[in-house]
Amino acid sequence: MSARPYNFAYLDEQTKRMIRRAILKAIAIPGYQVPFASREMPMPYGWGTGGVQVTAAIIGPSDVLKVIDQGADDTTNAVSIRAFFAKTADVATTTDTTRATIIQTRHRVPETPLTADQILVYQVPIPEPLRFLEPRETETRTMHALAEYGVMHVKLYEDIARHGHIATTYAYPARVADRYIMDPSPIPKFDNPKLDDCPALQLFGAGREKRIYAIPPHTRVVSLDFDDHPFERTKFDAACEFCGSGDSFLDEVVIDDKGGRMFVCSDTDYCQKRQAAMKKDAAE
Amino acid sequence: MYVAVKGGERAIANAHALLADVRRGDRSVPEISPAQIDEQLGLAVDRVMSEGSLHDREIAALAIKQARGDLIEAIFLVRAYRTTMPRFGFAEPLDTGAMAVRRRVSATYKDLPGGQVLGPTFDYTHRLIDFSLREGGEPAPAPTAPADVEAATPRVTDIIAGDDLIERNAASAPGAPVADVTRDPTAFPASRDARLQTLARGDEGFLLGLAYSTQRGYGRNHPFVGEIRFGDVDVEIFVEDLGFAVPLGTLAMTECQMVNQFKGGDGEPARFTRGYGLVFGQSERKAMAMALVDRALRADEFAEERKGPAQDEEFVLSHSDNVQATGFVEHLKLPHYVDFQAELALLRELRREHAAASAKPRAEAAE
Repeated sequence: MSARPYNFAYLDEQTKRMIRRAILKAIAIPGYQVPFASREMPMPYGWGTGGVQVTAAIIGPSDVLKVIDQGADDTTNAVSIRAFFAKTADVATTTDTTRATIIQTRHRVPETPLTADQILVYQVPIPEPLRFLEPRETETRTMHALAEYGVMHVKLYEDIARHGHIATTYAYPARVADRYIMDPSPIPKFDNPKLDDCPALQLFGAGREKRIYAIPPHTRVVSLDFDDHPFERTKFDAACEFCGSGDSFLDEVVIDDKGGRMFVCSDTDYCQKRQAAMKKDAAE
Repeated sequence: MYVAVKGGERAIANAHALLADVRRGDRSVPEISPAQIDEQLGLAVDRVMSEGSLHDREIAALAIKQARGDLIEAIFLVRAYRTTMPRFGFAEPLDTGAMAVRRRVSATYKDLPGGQVLGPTFDYTHRLIDFSLREGGEPAPAPTAPADVEAATPRVTDIIAGDDLIERNAASAPGAPVADVTRDPTAFPASRDARLQTLARGDEGFLLGLAYSTQRGYGRNHPFVGEIRFGDVDVEIFVEDLGFAVPLGTLAMTECQMVNQFKGGDGEPARFTRGYGLVFGQSERKAMAMALVDRALRADEFAEERKGPAQDEEFVLSHSDNVQATGFVEHLKLPHYVDFQAELALLRELRREHAAASAKPRAEAAE
């Protein structure tokens, strides 16, 4: 669609400027949640409005956009958001992680390592890592200001006392640049190590909660743990049925009604590239 | 293989086509027009305008048609349209005392200047299904009273305030900045203007439930309906270049002023307190609920113990917006299989460990 009743990338320029100011502040204070005047977007709250606003504020005509949901480019919501930007910003889109300049994601960090030329935009439902321990915003803001994170460690300790493990498997809290504890959004904790010292800029947008935060490139991000219970990445006993990868995050697919299961890569681009490489090797 | 949730591009397009088809329904039934919705389902239009925070009957009616009558969906459409509109200024404060009243009732005085005007109301109707509406037909013209254009209808709260029996409203501060909850993230504690704005666009059902809870003891505040008025109010905007305010048009609005239990002490004589509600169109239930909740949220001002959810500002303001609420509740429909997989992996590990641990003592016992 070329005749646009709306501005480039939907948002008006004043709004983009406001969002960019919030982003700059977020980059200046890694892990700190910057309040911003989140707009009502033409998709529902909780479906990526924060990520969409961040992407709309940073995207330019020469950008190449990739959108993933659960690691996949072809999940319905990823398709819908990609189509939104193709329509309102007329930008090139891709499913190739290496070709993208901006990657908007829900719940995953791509398996392919990111580079300094890329920005990863996370969609965040609940930006406040302390929210389920303290429902009040007035309280949690004070706790962050005073770096008063004892409750979080108590929660993790109680998990260990009860289950023998830290029972948080996604949205696993991490400390950014030795200061703020942040919620990495509901990515599996499998992805947490990728946040640390990442060459790409990582931006987090929470539309409904009206918060933006950031991890600048090459920032230290440490997943919370204890000396005697160090952070552990989720390990799979299986390998991908399609590409044989033994070190990617796997989706479990139910294949029949008799308990049959198979495991496939959640990152579709990563998996397809490996399959293509396997075919090429076989042909040679 | 189970690929239905993936590979969605065509599926989405097809779903949208099906939605459009279902929205239209049986082609042998005449299509409804936005004008019909506006004229004959006007209260739905009022609600969509109020909670959509946009006074535009045509857009609201169109949104209701597009949303197949799902009012929260229609409110969402209006909000997403409104957010792109340029903002060229703030109106002067509305003078609801000068409202051209179509309905006005007070529960505190039997009669009062301007009188009680029932207007178009469901009150006192018997809720019996009117089967004659099935066939349609023109209702008999409603009788009219001679309009007394000179008769003033002063606000009841102003009458009470004349005797100094109700708390005074804060003095107006011309030129003071006005909160705009659509342009600034809410901070707590919220200012009263931000709070009232949030309540005005809050979900009718949510506020109704909260208001009801105050009547049942969760933050009781002994309300009387001082007055409910519905009618047309002029909107004016101050034009810098002209040096005076010019009229922009009129808004149909409902205002509810609750008169609540009195407070005094600390050298102050006892006075009634206020709760305030103001919404677009004829939305009395919403205006009343808003006024009750507004008063409940003023607990701190009157050193009242906050015991009920309706008195908890963060709780009320953070959860009253139905567009936010419906989005987040319904996002659970989106795929979560990555997170679910991570949980499955941990759960299986815990169960493995549990099985190993419970097998051990049995093995020992067998020895």
